Amino acid sequence: MRNDGTLDRRAVVAELLRDPDDLLVVSGLGSATYDVGAAGDRPLNFYLWGAMGGAAMIGLGLALAQPHRRVLVLTGDGEMLMGMGALASIAAAGAPNLAVAVLDNARFGETGAQWSHTGYTTDLAAVAAACGWRATAVAHDMAEVAALRPRLRTEPLFAVLRISPAEVPRHLPPRDGAYLTDRFRRALGVAED
Amino acid sequence: MTPPSWQAAVYAALKAARVTQIGYVPDAGHAHVIAAAHADPDMHAVVLTTEEEGIALAAGAWLGGERAALLMQSSGVGNCINMLSLPVNCRMPFLTLVTMRGEWGEFNPWQVPMGTATPGVLTAAGVHVRRADRPEEVAETVSAAAALAFDSAVPVAVLFSQRLIGTKVFVK
Repeated sequence: MRNDGTLDRRAVVAELLRDPDDLLVVSGLGSATYDVGAAGDRPLNFYLWGAMGGAAMIGLGLALAQPHRRVLVLTGDGEMLMGMGALASIAAAGAPNLAVAVLDNARFGETGAQWSHTGYTTDLAAVAAACGWRATAVAHDMAEVAALRPRLRTEPLFAVLRISPAEVPRHLPPRDGAYLTDRFRRALGVAED
Repeated sequence: MTPPSWQAAVYAALKAARVTQIGYVPDAGHAHVIAAAHADPDMHAVVLTTEEEGIALAAGAWLGGERAALLMQSSGVGNCINMLSLPVNCRMPFLTLVTMRGEWGEFNPWQVPMGTATPGVLTAAGVHVRRADRPEEVAETVSAAAALAFDSAVPVAVLFSQRLIGTKVFVK
């Protein structure tokens, strides 16, 4: 097993989403959704509570539909691993306004903190690079996280945040999918399309 | 090679329905639509590694104010089941066009179980299922399915029968 990450997941997400402006945010199910909600609920956050493996591809569809806006997908290592093929599909499609950030604690945190593949052998940033992502990064401390914040809003970047496996208090944002969808589309001004 | 006219009608129907993103796992029965999508500067054609990616892609498109469709083969329907909770739960439109295998003169026995299960599996997951068996009904069926999906915000699948597509020929 590799060494555990040390970053506080809530501090990481709070920093990445500081002054979000009109950033379009998609969060993967489980702790990433709680972290994004804890950073401040807003209509342009789309929280997944299911559809495991789908977060990055939702980001792609959104980025293609809104080429003049920035899209940030925040998800966990388990969710990214389930949809790892999306890293190939996104690279092949090309979406300059889409970034993906993985909160990697090398655990399936919702189900008893079992080791995930990133705790055994898998390097997600290397996977993304091999799929054709030209910009990848790994952050180990808050200075590196702060440096990633502007890059995640300007580059088609795949970033891994090495967070601590420590549990944090649950924060439960809205979970009604129809409500979240309608709220997001209205905030974006596309609800009547 | 000139595509069958029903395949050209499929692309025209998707354009008329204002679809601007097409995710696909290839099938010979979708070949013309895939080629047309790549040749169209107003269409995003997205090749997928597995079919459920296309459901998530369509959800993102809808969040962003665009309309998407997923092209796949019946074998891919089995890969989609849990991801179908996304459009159902979020009351989003979802349109998929499915070329059928395993039902009409099939040579490959591995295609038969999922081909047989496809309508039932989709229905069980909350998807409205329509079917086109003859070339002349394809355009109307796709148009009506798109209207149902995008106007009523429900998931809809159109099954293109293997008889329509033509049985894949395996040369021994």
